[in-house]
Amino acid sequence: MDEGTPRPLERVVTDRDAESITRVEELAYDLRIAEVMSRDAKFVVTDMKMGDVLELFRQLRISGSPVLDGDKLVGIVSMEDLIRCLRDDELDAPVSKYMTTTLITVRSTDSVIEALKLFVNTRVGRLPVVAEDGKLIGILTKGDITRGLLRALQQDYQTEEIRKYRASHLFEDIESDRTSLILRYNIKQGDFTRGGTASSHIKRALVRLGASPLIARRCGIAIYEAEMNLIIHTTNGGVIRVEIEPHQITIDVTDTGPGIKDIDEAMRPGYSTATEAIRELGFGAGMGLVNISRCVDQMKLESVFGQGTRLRMRMFLKPEDTFGEGPTSGKDTAHEPATNH
Amino acid sequence: MKVKDLVSIINGKLLHKNINLNREIKGGCGADLMSDVLASIQPEAVLLTGLCNPQVIRTAQMADVAAVVFVRGKQPPKETIQLAEEEGIPLITSPYGMFELCGRLYQAGLDSLEQPVVDCSCDD
Repeated sequence: MDEGTPRPLERVVTDRDAESITRVEELAYDLRIAEVMSRDAKFVVTDMKMGDVLELFRQLRISGSPVLDGDKLVGIVSMEDLIRCLRDDELDAPVSKYMTTTLITVRSTDSVIEALKLFVNTRVGRLPVVAEDGKLIGILTKGDITRGLLRALQQDYQTEEIRKYRASHLFEDIESDRTSLILRYNIKQGDFTRGGTASSHIKRALVRLGASPLIARRCGIAIYEAEMNLIIHTTNGGVIRVEIEPHQITIDVTDTGPGIKDIDEAMRPGYSTATEAIRELGFGAGMGLVNISRCVDQMKLESVFGQGTRLRMRMFLKPEDTFGEGPTSGKDTAHEPATNH
Repeated sequence: MKVKDLVSIINGKLLHKNINLNREIKGGCGADLMSDVLASIQPEAVLLTGLCNPQVIRTAQMADVAAVVFVRGKQPPKETIQLAEEEGIPLITSPYGMFELCGRLYQAGLDSLEQPVVDCSCDD
């Protein structure tokens, strides 16, 4: 009925199910307590009567509350304390007499996992959340954590899955005689700190487009080596251009110099012109081009010394790996397999 | 072996919080040259290294490394930690040296995930 509803999400949910437990654990580290706690924490003051506390708990349907003296957190009063007070028949006594003063608190900047550990290791049902200066800013229960995790999981799941869904259908949704997606990245010479950013983006793009992990890995490694070469060896940096077609990936890496004197020599494993400084960074072992040739299906290196270098790499995708034709596509409008180029 | 088992065997310290302790580690690889890592490492391995710059994390990301361990108690710069945290790559520092780490992990049943690099003549 509803054309806008992305159907295959159901299938994706099953994929995710297997991972969901560990992802929740990951999220428990990711999420800060500030993101899941209740901010409008109800509190009572030290000289309030226990009878009034009982009434407050009943009205608000809560089972515990922090106790403040001025704006200072001094204790916590819970159902258990109320029961002790009822047993002593002392509903007129002040909160300060029955409250628990051993305070276990968490900071709003802590990760949720810290709170979970406390819930497991202590028997408390709620944790007051304090700011850096010790002031009470919220309260945290296990229920808050569950809700927070579910919310984050939902969000997390939706954004990445929708991205993947949209991207992986790109080639199915657009009709042309030959569709390709081109990604371009400008690489700066000497920019070691950001070195690998382009490769990382390309690898992620390939995964989102539905590439198999093996294809994404092989492309990632080859492009990373090429990216580092641009950073290490060129005079002005260079450009990485990735053309993605359903049946193949073509990667062109070009620069404007200095160029390679002897390509055969450069291809020899262990051959390197890198300086000692580069080697200290973990590169320059003379394995870059060798690695590339092992990762891609076709590699062509052209260079004119004094002018520049062009490295062309190709990956030919097997029928089961092609983009835009997922395992579920049993449609009769099957895409034509690649003809020779 | 899981990341948490690894941490206890090597007496390791986690360097950031975005770490899935139940991630499975299928084997190990020890190297300081990133090109060697890229050439030889198989997916889902733990990488033992003495190199601390952000390129270690990029390499790990490209090669589907399951965890990175810095040897001899090395403390990487914050850019490295930040990048690993963003990418969700477990980062651990261990007081043991490379040799002892390899030994401990191998003894604990972790296989090598290093493949020989083709006819590498290391004569430079």
